[in-house]
Amino acid sequence: MSDDPHLSGLSGTIVHDVIVPARAPWLHHVAAGRILRIVDLEGNQAVDFLLYSAQDDAERYSAQDTVAAQGNLFLRQGTVLRSNEGRPMMTITATSVDYHDTIGGACSCESNMLRYGHHTKAEHACVENFLEANLREGRGKRDIVSNINFFMNVPVEEDGALGIVDGISAPGLTVDLRAEMDVIVVVSNCPQINNPCNGFNPTPVRMIVSA
Amino acid sequence: MTQPLANPLAARDHARSMAGTLVEAMPMLPPVADDLPADVAADELLWEETIAAGGYATRRLARGTRLRLIDLRGDACASMLLFNAEMPSERLNVADTVKVQWNAYLGAGKLLLSDMGRVLASIIEDDAGTHDTFCGTSNAKTNAAKYGDGSNSGPYPNGRDRFLLGGAKHGLGRRDVHPCVNLFKGVTIAPDGAIVPQVGPYAPGRSVVLRMEMDVIVIIVNCPHVLDPREDWTVTPLRATAWRGPATPENDPIRNATPEGLRAFQNVEDYFRR
Repeated sequence: MSDDPHLSGLSGTIVHDVIVPARAPWLHHVAAGRILRIVDLEGNQAVDFLLYSAQDDAERYSAQDTVAAQGNLFLRQGTVLRSNEGRPMMTITATSVDYHDTIGGACSCESNMLRYGHHTKAEHACVENFLEANLREGRGKRDIVSNINFFMNVPVEEDGALGIVDGISAPGLTVDLRAEMDVIVVVSNCPQINNPCNGFNPTPVRMIVSA
Repeated sequence: MTQPLANPLAARDHARSMAGTLVEAMPMLPPVADDLPADVAADELLWEETIAAGGYATRRLARGTRLRLIDLRGDACASMLLFNAEMPSERLNVADTVKVQWNAYLGAGKLLLSDMGRVLASIIEDDAGTHDTFCGTSNAKTNAAKYGDGSNSGPYPNGRDRFLLGGAKHGLGRRDVHPCVNLFKGVTIAPDGAIVPQVGPYAPGRSVVLRMEMDVIVIIVNCPHVLDPREDWTVTPLRATAWRGPATPENDPIRNATPEGLRAFQNVEDYFRR
C-alpha cells in the first residue's frame, strides 16, 4: 500500500501519474473503464476540462446536454458527463469537493478583454491552452466548446446573477472520473489572475490514471 | 392525385398547378408583413417566414438587421445559433454571454457574445421574458427516449439534428453545432442548482426583437424544449420577420449600458475598421 495520500482509495494499477505545472495545458487519452483522478494540490485551482470521443472527435463533451439530463447545473458525485450526441463519456465516481462548475466556460484573451479591460489581452488564458493541445491532434477552434471547471465555484442567484466566486476546494482535494468510452481529455490548468478561480495564484495539479 | 403523369409535360403541368398554394409554415417571397413597426418602410423588409412546428430556418443577416420572432400560438421554442458569416469559426459563446454580463437570464438589453470578444446580436425588445442559456436542445437520443422517435424523417424531430441540417446549408458540419440559447421557453435556477423549466403554454403573440451587430448566419430551430415535461411532443409555429436597420451608433444605450458590453461593441467596431 502506498502512503501517498493522493492515491487513497484508488484501486488498480497506476498507469499514468504527472504533475501539470501551473498555467499549462495537458492532453491524455484515457481508455474506457479507467479512472482519472485530478488532485488540487494547493487548493482552489480551476482545472478547465474538455472531452472528445477518441473514436470520433466530432463527438465531444456537452455542458448543455449534461446539465439538462440531470436537471441541475452543478456537477457532483454521480454526474454523468454527456456528449453532444447524448452519450455518457465519463462519470464522476467520487469528489471531495461538493460540486464543480460547467457554466462559466474558459477564460480567453478575448473574454478577458471584455471582463477586465483591453490591458489583459497579452495574458495567457485557457482557450490558448485548449487550442495548443487540440492542434497537436488536428482539432482547432471549432472544437472548443463550453467546458467543465473542476474546483471552481459559480453560483447563480435568484435574479440570474452569476459569477466566479471564492472556491470551495482546498489543498489535496480530488475528483475521480471513470471513462465510459475511450476519451481524449484536454485540460487547461487555468492561468487566470484577475478573479478568485485560482485564488489569484495559479498552482500545479496532479493527474493520476488507474487501470 | 389520380391523373396519369406518364410524360414530362404532364408532370410539369401537375407541378406547376401547385403554384400559389398557401400554407401556414412557409416563406413569403417577396416578403410582405402588415405589422412592421411604424418607422420601418415596407421596402426595408427582408425576410418573412413562418417556421413549422418541428422545423428550422437559416439565413445570412447583415449588420444592423432587426430580426423579430413571434411565438404565434404560445408554444414555440426558438433555439438559436449565431455565427460570424464571413468567418463561421467565430460563433455564439453561451458561457461568455452569461459570464461577461454577470447574469444568465436573457431579456431586453442583453447581448449575445461570440467567442472572440464581440457582440453578434443584441436583444432590443422582449415581451416574453422566459428564455434559457443553460439547457441547449434535444438530440436523437433524448427524443427517442421521450417520444419514441427523434429522427428528421419522423414525426418528432430533435433540435440537434435540425441544427445540423441548417448548418450544413452554409457548409457547416458536426463540429459547428455548439451550445445554443432558447427563446420563449425558459428555465430558472434554484439555490441548489436545480433547473426549473418554464414552458407555458403562454399567451399567443409574444415577441423578441434582435439587432444584428455583425454580419451573421442565424440558425433557428423550433422544437420542444429539451426539458418540456409534457408527455406529448408539443410545439407550435414560430414567425420570423427581418428588416434593414442602421448599424448601432456610438450613443446607443445598449452599447453603453455596461463597461463589459461597451468593450464588446468597441471590438465589433474595430473588426469593421477596414
